[in-house]
Amino acid sequence: MAEFRMPSLGADMESAKLTEWMVKPGDTVKRGDIVAAVETSKGIIDIEIFEAGQIGELLVQPGTDVAVGAPLALYVPAGGERAQPAAVAAVEQSAAARAVEPRAAKVVGPAAGRARASPAARRRAQELGIDLASVAATGPDGAITLDDVERAATAKAPKADMRSVIGRAMSRSKREIPHYYLATTIDMSTSMAWLEHWNREHAVTERLLPGALLLKAVARALEKSPELNGFWLDGRFEASREINVGVAIRLRTGGLIAPGLAAANERTLPELMRQLQGLVQRARAGRLKQSEITNATITVSSLGEGGVETVYPIIYPPQVAIVGFGGVVNRPWVAAGKIAAAPVVTATLAGDHRVTDGHRGSQFLTDLERRLQQPEQL
Amino acid sequence: MKRDEIRTAVLEALLEIAPDVDASALDPAHAFRDQFDFDSMDYLNFVTALHRRFGFDIPEHDYPELSSLESSVGYLEAHLSA
Repeated sequence: MAEFRMPSLGADMESAKLTEWMVKPGDTVKRGDIVAAVETSKGIIDIEIFEAGQIGELLVQPGTDVAVGAPLALYVPAGGERAQPAAVAAVEQSAAARAVEPRAAKVVGPAAGRARASPAARRRAQELGIDLASVAATGPDGAITLDDVERAATAKAPKADMRSVIGRAMSRSKREIPHYYLATTIDMSTSMAWLEHWNREHAVTERLLPGALLLKAVARALEKSPELNGFWLDGRFEASREINVGVAIRLRTGGLIAPGLAAANERTLPELMRQLQGLVQRARAGRLKQSEITNATITVSSLGEGGVETVYPIIYPPQVAIVGFGGVVNRPWVAAGKIAAAPVVTATLAGDHRVTDGHRGSQFLTDLERRLQQPEQL
Repeated sequence: MKRDEIRTAVLEALLEIAPDVDASALDPAHAFRDQFDFDSMDYLNFVTALHRRFGFDIPEHDYPELSSLESSVGYLEAHLSA
């Protein structure tokens, strides 16, 4: 019997409420099947099993709050052998589980008597008005660390809403990641003309938006810039073999979520467009899959039409780069020595100086620009 | 197809692609863009959902006619009776 555990669905998640079982004891499952739904600050997330097998016992009733890493169900792995974790599962392991689970698993109960705590933790607890005796310690020999205090403060706060999740992730980014920023203006004449022609020739189910071209160009350019695609974990950079482009999606109810388009570099433009449409709809319905909210290896923040020209994005940890696009706008442009109106887009890159520098980032943006001059090659 | 049925189907399509909008506050004459902050992705999804329900292709240059509930119903009614 193996344990199916509550996965970590982001560096900030500590627990989630089980809302629904999609399987019952005796059911056969295959890798990637959705077995349950859980409620988090990012909405209802369908969680998947990453090993084939047969469900044994369900250990938790719907409505229960379950800590990350705690067992949800027992199952018998198919053939008794462990399936090879595929790339997506591996990314999740590195992105979420490795960053969070080992620590969560080590949580011990509140220390008896006077709590042992680092000076920084003691100071922070005082600032926040938290009693150290109520804080679960994860430091060496049961000492309370600064992170433990922060965690206790979060747990005390009213149910973390999306805004505070964003706030914590962005604060961590600004605190830990030495960002550098680059920007370039890209001529979109060829891409937009190609797109217009494509959309005239195709039925609505095959039509494309400029955003699909931009995402595909980013994904293809990342093939040549692997240092921008991956995670900063345990003090070093881990490149990702897969290019899963996270897309920042604005929710009408407030907030932002950035689920990933898996293997975006390998999809055709129509495939990528359909994948993106599905992702946006599910994000807005609060119904994303676990793999989608944990698999992004880089993020693209595109503000779309009718808005501003330039966005200066903030890296989403543990990722090491983020690409921003303003709206496509008509501006004076010099081509063949003449000034004429042309549709242009401002592309920005924020990179992590611990991994890359402006020179590398510049090569990436230049490559991106070149690819957008040959949309038929995307 | 009666006007009421078209209207119901358009509303269903709208809620399918934008489940986070408040349909009770919908102003039928007001553009979705201004009421719900619709972007090009929302419009494409909306037109795709209409295409699936009504089964005829809507060319890109007709998108402006689908900007509000009222105009969408009018457009579809004209095309379905044609």
